[in-house]
Amino acid sequence: MEWETVIGLEIHAQLATKSKIFSAAATAYGAEPNTQACAVDLGMPGVLPVLNKEAVRMAAKFGLATSSTVAERSVFARKNYFYPDLPKGYQISQYELPIVQHGILDIELEDGTTKRIGVTRAHLEEDAGKSLHEDFHGQTGVDLNRAGTPLLEIVSEPDMRSAKEAVAYMKKIHSLVRYLEICDGNMQEGSFRCDANVSVRPKGQKEFGTRAEIKNINSFRYVEKAINYEVERQIEIIENGGKIVQETRLYDANKDETRSMRAKEEANDYRYFPDPDLLPVELDAEFIEQVRATLPELPDAKKLRFVEQYGLSAYDAAVLTASRELADYYESVVTSVGSEPKLCANWVMGDVSGFLNKENKEIGESPVSAELLAGMIKRIVDNTISGKIAKDVFEAMWNGEGDADAVIDKKGLKQITDTGAIETAINDIMAKNPKQVEGYRAGQDKLLGFFVGQVMKAMGGKANPAQLNELLKKMLAG
Amino acid sequence: MHNKTLAELAAGLKAKTFSSEELTRHFLGRIERFDPKLNSFVTTTAEGALAQARAADASIAGGEVGPLLGIPYAHKDIFCTDGVRTSCGSKMLDNFIAPYNATVTSKLLAAGAVMLGKTNMDEFAMGSSNETSFYGPVKNPWNLDVVPGGSSGGSAAAVAARLAPAATGTDTGGSIRQPAALCNLTGIKPTYGRVSRYGMIAFASSLDQAGPMTRTAEDAAIMLGAMAGFDARDSTSIDRPVDDYRAALGNSLKGLKVGLPKEYFGEGLDPAVGAVVQTAIDELKKLGAEPVEITLPNTGLAVPTYYVVAPAECSSNLSRFDGVRFGYRCENPKDLEDLYKRSRGEGFGPEVKRRIMIGTYALSAGYYDAYYLKAQQVRHLIADDFKQAFEKVDVILGPTSPTVAFKIGEKFNDPVTMYLSDIYTIAVNLAGLPGMSIPAGFAHDLPVGLQLIGNYFDEARLLNVAHQYQQVSDWHQRSPAGFE
Amino acid sequence: MALDSSTVEKIAHLARLGIDAKDVPEYARNLSDIFAFVEQLNAVDCSGVVPMAHPMEASQRLREDVVTEQNLRDKFQAHAPKVEVGLYLVPKVIE
Repeated sequence: MEWETVIGLEIHAQLATKSKIFSAAATAYGAEPNTQACAVDLGMPGVLPVLNKEAVRMAAKFGLATSSTVAERSVFARKNYFYPDLPKGYQISQYELPIVQHGILDIELEDGTTKRIGVTRAHLEEDAGKSLHEDFHGQTGVDLNRAGTPLLEIVSEPDMRSAKEAVAYMKKIHSLVRYLEICDGNMQEGSFRCDANVSVRPKGQKEFGTRAEIKNINSFRYVEKAINYEVERQIEIIENGGKIVQETRLYDANKDETRSMRAKEEANDYRYFPDPDLLPVELDAEFIEQVRATLPELPDAKKLRFVEQYGLSAYDAAVLTASRELADYYESVVTSVGSEPKLCANWVMGDVSGFLNKENKEIGESPVSAELLAGMIKRIVDNTISGKIAKDVFEAMWNGEGDADAVIDKKGLKQITDTGAIETAINDIMAKNPKQVEGYRAGQDKLLGFFVGQVMKAMGGKANPAQLNELLKKMLAG
Repeated sequence: MHNKTLAELAAGLKAKTFSSEELTRHFLGRIERFDPKLNSFVTTTAEGALAQARAADASIAGGEVGPLLGIPYAHKDIFCTDGVRTSCGSKMLDNFIAPYNATVTSKLLAAGAVMLGKTNMDEFAMGSSNETSFYGPVKNPWNLDVVPGGSSGGSAAAVAARLAPAATGTDTGGSIRQPAALCNLTGIKPTYGRVSRYGMIAFASSLDQAGPMTRTAEDAAIMLGAMAGFDARDSTSIDRPVDDYRAALGNSLKGLKVGLPKEYFGEGLDPAVGAVVQTAIDELKKLGAEPVEITLPNTGLAVPTYYVVAPAECSSNLSRFDGVRFGYRCENPKDLEDLYKRSRGEGFGPEVKRRIMIGTYALSAGYYDAYYLKAQQVRHLIADDFKQAFEKVDVILGPTSPTVAFKIGEKFNDPVTMYLSDIYTIAVNLAGLPGMSIPAGFAHDLPVGLQLIGNYFDEARLLNVAHQYQQVSDWHQRSPAGFE
Repeated sequence: MALDSSTVEKIAHLARLGIDAKDVPEYARNLSDIFAFVEQLNAVDCSGVVPMAHPMEASQRLREDVVTEQNLRDKFQAHAPKVEVGLYLVPKVIE
């Protein structure tokens, strides 16, 4: 039988506010345990929550960017359960009336087509603390620094049909929240996490199969692997006559498998009710318009513009707009160079990205700034150096040896365009290789490459390639 | 000194007839002497009180004035007090030294008031008799065999026995008004949102309000003036200026429309209590007030509504008491579940557990709509009753409690009967209106309270009516025998 | 409506309340009485009535995003039941 996979994602994005969602404690990552947990975060007797405006603004921003409805009235509710990292014994979340609903997001598939994914809702809630399981005499240590950090939980429709689509969606959301500057997207630090709801059904069947929820997947690669594992597991069970149990499962990256979390399943009665300590959040048109005014150009619009304005291919434009920082970097290179947008794109996507990947750096950390790169590209454009020599110049700049001009000067990399000098070198090589000259003249055209290489080598790679080609052809022809 | 009102004490301090330290020592002495009979204090803070008193004396010497500067008061043990145990009447918090001040605590501190100690109360304010306290029942100074009312029973007994000139209370379903009535005091629960709930240990968040318990309406006006006000730390606090409560006390009652809800005078009301209330109404008529019969048709639904809403909220509010970060923790828990269940099972008393279970059940899957949602709807009907009534009248008047104080132990094992003793006070909390109780006479040799209910933010008018009544009556000046 | 002992035990578990087995029937009786009393709400026609979650019809105030809280860990943990190196300790949590 042919099976179809159905996937919906719940993404938790920590909002990049300075203070917590309901208290004035800091949200910075990595502080000493419990030093950023104030009385409100600890759920001390008598404390009360007050909502952070910035968290609301950020949620609204996300809503506007996904063509969602930003609710004029949303309500916070309590989700009641006991867990050591949940100080109050309830999580303040939104249940019946979330702040964002009914959005859409287009993802690019591998075959170049796009697919529209529904964003069911996005709601505000508080993050929990962390349980540290290393050994404290057989006990668990609880750090509540993270408790109260604002989260936006983004829930998709079950619109994805493969692990690849799920990853594409997750990457798109990841890119979007960073474009919007509402989440730093740091998956190692847990700022961006994902739960996947996965089910399978015979192809053509309308009803959904029973789903399993895979919790807390914290990388794009794991999302793909976890879903693929889970799909296979479910198909195998059904094909062997078994039934899928609706449950929460945990992905174990070490073993590359998902396993049941029965402990968390039991007594799953959260007793949601409106939080009486908080009033309904009412956003008027003015607030929404103020937020709208702060929206940056969004990835899809930017991509389209890159294609039109710079004549890039859709693929190049997609790569360059995958993150706002990369797109900004590219644009400042192009602006500074003033021409050759395609050449600029090649450099950004080629050497710059290559070096960054190798050193596991973000574009913001690149030792070669947009200004430095533009300075170098200008020297290619004005024929001071060749594209090949530029690779050495780039590496030198990467290693902090100064700007392009300084490197060219210091290393004497300036391209030779003096016809006389090139002719002298050609004559020299021709004299040393009479057989090859003969061969070329007898019709072995591919020997041209040999001469180019030899002359270049003799001239330390500095000859202007176009000029060299032209002169060689002329002189070899006799 | 202990028979003086706040206003008189402030005048005495200003005239340097006595110092705040002398005053404080006097009340501390009375607490030491009489409280063993009453059990109204859980903690006394003599050292801190004397330090505050000396600081107040220095301020007074420096020419500072203030209606509460140097005046002692008793603080209900539900308000967090930085560095002082805040037990909420529970074993769960018997070892809890609050690490911060409630807003009410800070405001009274800023006003220069001197905290004598923390008063006994029903555990987590859940009770109408002060019998659920971990620290044992409080006795009513008017008769040591009867209850002082609850949950602010310690505050009521302390002020009634003149162990403190004033006290704070909190009122979720009548916990200021009912003990005030049962102990012959003046007590006011302001409009929901008027006094900050920050640092006041929550029972039912949408119902809880703090207010003063004093002997006279003028004293209540002074205290409320200091306690009330907007607080950015409480999302339900209302940003609206506080009225000058004292300034309105002298207004005439001529033409005042007083609504008498027929439901408050029917079945269940002790006729002797009814007669006392009727006499008080006649007095008010002489002052120019015009009684109007009104109806609050959903009165009978208030108690059942309350016993869904309040437990639902408390079941969630009290989840934070889990033995992890503060408060009671059981010995040697064998696993996490054992830690939770024994810490909570051993730390909470039976009434608290009962209410947590009611609330948990009412919110649980399959029952939410039938109980919680339904109760919220009925709550709306109850609030609408008042809304309609206040289109016709200025204040509503009736008994505070259907009976006088009952015997300790009498209703303890019958929760529903106990709950019904709040039948006249609970609707006010559900609607969020201000309500007040003032001494109106005696029945069966025990005090009877007259309840005044006002429209939203009409505290000044309630205090005005109470003050005018106290100008022509002397019930509020009666004090129990045996505490001289 | 009558709550049986097993329902009481289920609720007590949900609320993480340890209750002596011998007290369960008493709780069952009390809770049944209370819910029987509350039952009268069912007779009320509430069609079209908006549930009232708050006494005041107001909307949530929003706080500026400013950090004002200091680190008070030592004070908060001074009376905590069990702490080590700044962490609150609980019996081993198994996921």
